[in-house]
Amino acid sequence: MQVPILKQRDYLIASIQSALTDADLLRLRDDLVEQVGRYRSRGVIVDVTVLDVMDSFAVRTLSSLAHMIKLRGAETVIVGIQPDVAFAMVQLGLTLSSVATALDLEEGLVYLDSRAKPGTGTKRGR
Amino acid sequence: MDAELRVPIAADADIVTARQEGRRLASHLDFSPSDLTVISAAISELARNIVEYAGSGEVHVRLVEKGGRRGVAITAADNGPGIADISLAMQDGYSTSGSLGLGLPGAKRLMDEFEIHTAVGKGTRVVMRKWAR
Repeated sequence: MQVPILKQRDYLIASIQSALTDADLLRLRDDLVEQVGRYRSRGVIVDVTVLDVMDSFAVRTLSSLAHMIKLRGAETVIVGIQPDVAFAMVQLGLTLSSVATALDLEEGLVYLDSRAKPGTGTKRGR
Repeated sequence: MDAELRVPIAADADIVTARQEGRRLASHLDFSPSDLTVISAAISELARNIVEYAGSGEVHVRLVEKGGRRGVAITAADNGPGIADISLAMQDGYSTSGSLGLGLPGAKRLMDEFEIHTAVGKGTRVVMRKWAR
């Protein structure tokens, strides 16, 4: 099942709609890394609200996704990790420590607005 | 209500099937939503180990009863290469595949009971149980 990626302003929003296989997750990672360049996006939001479990592969893939996006010059924020999912992740020993997270899509946008690099055009201010 | 189910594991899509079906079966007992998530995560880790290390195998989930308590027993079995050093494999962060190395130790932390039977060349069999309230 392919994850739809929405372009909104300078951001890409990947809204996961159902349980994903390992192959789906890898494809999402590769699609986002590619599209950040194509659309010159400054931020990426991955919405995992519907996921009822995140195992070690999902966490490893999301971490590598965020790292690759960073290398492409954009910020990533994971939003919508559910309480029970967070509980199981902590028990498993999964941390996502180097990845930004936010409560929901709205908070994710606020985070990106505060973090994403300003426009590539002429520098404002000063 | 079926009291058990078997999911053959041979590809990554089977991992999703195993954890969803396992969760569905466990939901017949008095597990909290976070218990069900925990069970689902543990099944996912063991099913992935089968795909990763053995290529194919089976996840067997059944409802069990002991001393008046009800619970779920999950067996993940394969005829793969087996594990040479169980104590290493049970350490957080140890992996021979480039993964996070949290599958076995993580699954053990998630469940109430955890046993592993393995020998080099003879496959691996993990049995784990979680008891409902």
